[in-house]
Amino acid sequence: MTATDQHIDDVLIPILEKVSDPEIPVLSIMDMGVVRSAVIADDLVKVEITPTYSGCPAMDVIGDDIKKALKEAGYKSEIDLILHPAWTTDWITPRGRKALEDYGIAAPLEAEADKAVLLDGKRLVKCTNCGSTNTRLVSQFGSTACKAQFQCDDCQEPFDYFKCLK
Amino acid sequence: MKNENLYNYILGIADNSLILGQRLGELCGHGPNLETDIACTNISLDLFGQVRSYFQYAGKIAGDGRSEDDISMLRKEHEYKNVLLVEQPNTNFAYIIVRQFLFDAYHLAFLRELQKSPDLTLSAIANKCVKEVSYHERFSSDWVRRLGDGTDESREKMQEAINDLWMYTDELFHQMEADKAMVAEGIGVDVTTLKEGYYAYVKEVLEEATIEVPESKYFQKGGKHGVHTEHLGYILAELQYMQRTYPNMEW
Ligand SMILES: [Zn+2]
Repeated sequence: MTATDQHIDDVLIPILEKVSDPEIPVLSIMDMGVVRSAVIADDLVKVEITPTYSGCPAMDVIGDDIKKALKEAGYKSEIDLILHPAWTTDWITPRGRKALEDYGIAAPLEAEADKAVLLDGKRLVKCTNCGSTNTRLVSQFGSTACKAQFQCDDCQEPFDYFKCLK
Repeated sequence: MKNENLYNYILGIADNSLILGQRLGELCGHGPNLETDIACTNISLDLFGQVRSYFQYAGKIAGDGRSEDDISMLRKEHEYKNVLLVEQPNTNFAYIIVRQFLFDAYHLAFLRELQKSPDLTLSAIANKCVKEVSYHERFSSDWVRRLGDGTDESREKMQEAINDLWMYTDELFHQMEADKAMVAEGIGVDVTTLKEGYYAYVKEVLEEATIEVPESKYFQKGGKHGVHTEHLGYILAELQYMQRTYPNMEW
């Protein structure tokens, strides 16, 4: 599944792009890839969103925020949480990845590299402060379900790494 | 209820995650260090998230307006179908890790099979959960190795925990009426087929961790029938406190 399988009515895109992830405010939910469809049917907008992690408490807030944004734009809406197909970090757009990095969160690596980093202690994650890959895993679990904790051994910066989910 | 077997089948899966999630949640602010505290509560959060998906589905099947909250909060002790393993207390970090590992190894194998279910909701939930649970299993098996193959004291504590919790492993592979019915319909996972692979894998990790594999053939059961150890009552007292004290309150 790629981003092209999303069904989002063009006129809704700018509205949804203004809704951000409550835990990573610099990131639009569109760049996060959680909006799977948004279609105007008569006077109702039907939106389907999919959770990043099952326990992500942000999903309820995201649903409310979408409703609010659409209401301000004059639409009534209905939000559905769908589980299939399961969200993957591949759905984060290039613009989303850049926003993460600028915010101080290292963007997810490819699955193989991710495994090497989290399991075998390989140093591949780029420090968000100085760009060095001389970084090490502090903990596989971080401040939210989607992140791991890292530290840079060159500049000592502690930072979050967005774990690959595939 | 038309689909009573499916309803009970889902509860059988979800109650394990609910009760283990609650146990891990107790560690919030009490983990041995910041990283493990955060890890345990992250795992707890994943499990609760999974439970929500299962209970939302169960509510739909019940079809009588029961919500996910009703199902998780308003049952009595004997109506919970979780295995005894997950309700065992947080005696010390060795027990927490051993309990987690013994469950994760099962959980991961189970979800991999559930992904193949022709029931599209169950397979979608399993698809989602399997990714998360593989992180849980990495975490717990890692700590089993580190503490087992650690200092004399850490090995001793791990050995004690494995000796104590081993008797709760066999129940993971017991089938209730609902399980058998769902297997017969091709929807459920036949857990009896997972047993051999489970013990082989667990033994492999324990050996790497220089922990002796218990030889005892004495196993406890009952949780899946609703017959629990005394620990569950205390868990539920805390879990259900708000709903019991302020009935029908909403968040
Ligand atoms: Zn650095």
